[in-house]
Amino acid sequence: MITKRIIPCLDVRDGRVVKGVNFAGLQDVSSPVELAEYYSANGADELVFYDITASAEGRRLFTDVLCETARRVFIPLTVGGGINTLDDFDRVLKCGADKVSVNSGAIRNPNLIRDAAKRYGDQCVVISADVKRVDGMFRVYARGGRDDTGMEAIGWIRRCVDMGAGEVVLNSIDTDGVKQGFDLEMLQAVCDAVSVPVIASGGAGCIADFVTLFQTLPRVDAGLAASIFHFGEVPIPALKAALAENGIPVRLA
Amino acid sequence: MIAIVDYGVGNLFSLRSSFAAIGVEAAVTGKAEEILAADRVVLPGVGAFGDAAEKLRATGLDRAVVAAAGAGKPLLGICLGMQLLLETGFEYGEHRGLGLVPGEVRPIAEVIPAGLKIPHIGWNALDFGGRKSPLFQNIHAGDHVYFVHSYYAANCAEHTIATADYGAPLTAAVQRENVFGCQFHPEKSGGVGLNILRAFCAL
Repeated sequence: MITKRIIPCLDVRDGRVVKGVNFAGLQDVSSPVELAEYYSANGADELVFYDITASAEGRRLFTDVLCETARRVFIPLTVGGGINTLDDFDRVLKCGADKVSVNSGAIRNPNLIRDAAKRYGDQCVVISADVKRVDGMFRVYARGGRDDTGMEAIGWIRRCVDMGAGEVVLNSIDTDGVKQGFDLEMLQAVCDAVSVPVIASGGAGCIADFVTLFQTLPRVDAGLAASIFHFGEVPIPALKAALAENGIPVRLA
Repeated sequence: MIAIVDYGVGNLFSLRSSFAAIGVEAAVTGKAEEILAADRVVLPGVGAFGDAAEKLRATGLDRAVVAAAGAGKPLLGICLGMQLLLETGFEYGEHRGLGLVPGEVRPIAEVIPAGLKIPHIGWNALDFGGRKSPLFQNIHAGDHVYFVHSYYAANCAEHTIATADYGAPLTAAVQRENVFGCQFHPEKSGGVGLNILRAFCAL
């Protein structure tokens, strides 16, 4: 049976891991390569590297970090952040990324999804959506949660999947950093709308939040989090043991 | 020396790195003479069956791979590379494979229950069904490996050495004498995957 995936997300700026709380006030945590090795050895099923660098120098550092990680870590790697063109896909795939997640780049140019899916396959293209409730509607935000695009989120995500996105990361801005659990209502709406894997992001504060996620929404394929893993609040082996005890299929290392 | 066949399909960085991690020298090569000179050959691949089969033929490397297998060298096809070992692929039309393992490649939608997501993506457990292959001598039944695929090897039960349950038993690995294939990605399957590659290097 296919297992539910647990995915630590590493936000990387200038070659170091940081984590935003509600997308503001970043804190340095650790070396991305060391953290990735640690997670791989401790039961993470996949890793997401998110490049939040703005400068060319920072981008070069990120690419170096990615290559070094792929030399040492042998689980799937997804890369996002600053992906605007097919050349960006090429740059990170050559460094050992398996999947590439697009967000603002796809909002600016939706054809990026179609072109990338055609060249690298659907399985390689992940649509990452930052979504927030505005006036009773799910709205898509761009630029790391800073800009309201005005677009309705469920329709946008469905359109991305129709164009070839093979997986969806749904990040709820409303629950992100709050640590009171995943945004089950928003996730349910996305699961009902698409047939590709859905990765829940934003809001996990403890082990029970993951158990609730997978028990309430069996069509969610993976749970993603950052700081609770980085700061050791939720150790992945304990998380997986708890999921297994609750009858949720997981890969036990 | 291991030759990783480079015919312009897919990303070989991780595969080469995974051999380096177990201390085995592997060269990514698009040269027939290097494939023929290698001790072992790995045939990777991502994308569509027809495109990949065509590229393999256009580069003439299909003959090198078949010759290496014919000379008794251990050959390992990975993901689409495994599917190419079979006789025929039914992905966007009908395409000829290398024919090193009897069987054909068909959509998993034909065998799995409706409602399950396609592609079959993620970590799934290996079921050996009582079969023993030297490729798996370092791992255990129930160990998890990482899959990403929408097509599967069909009508090859005689040479199937492992399956994975996704509503139906999907072919996870095949073996015909010195020719091996993994539908999953050993280079992305953590320690279990590295142990499979170690076993391949010890054949």
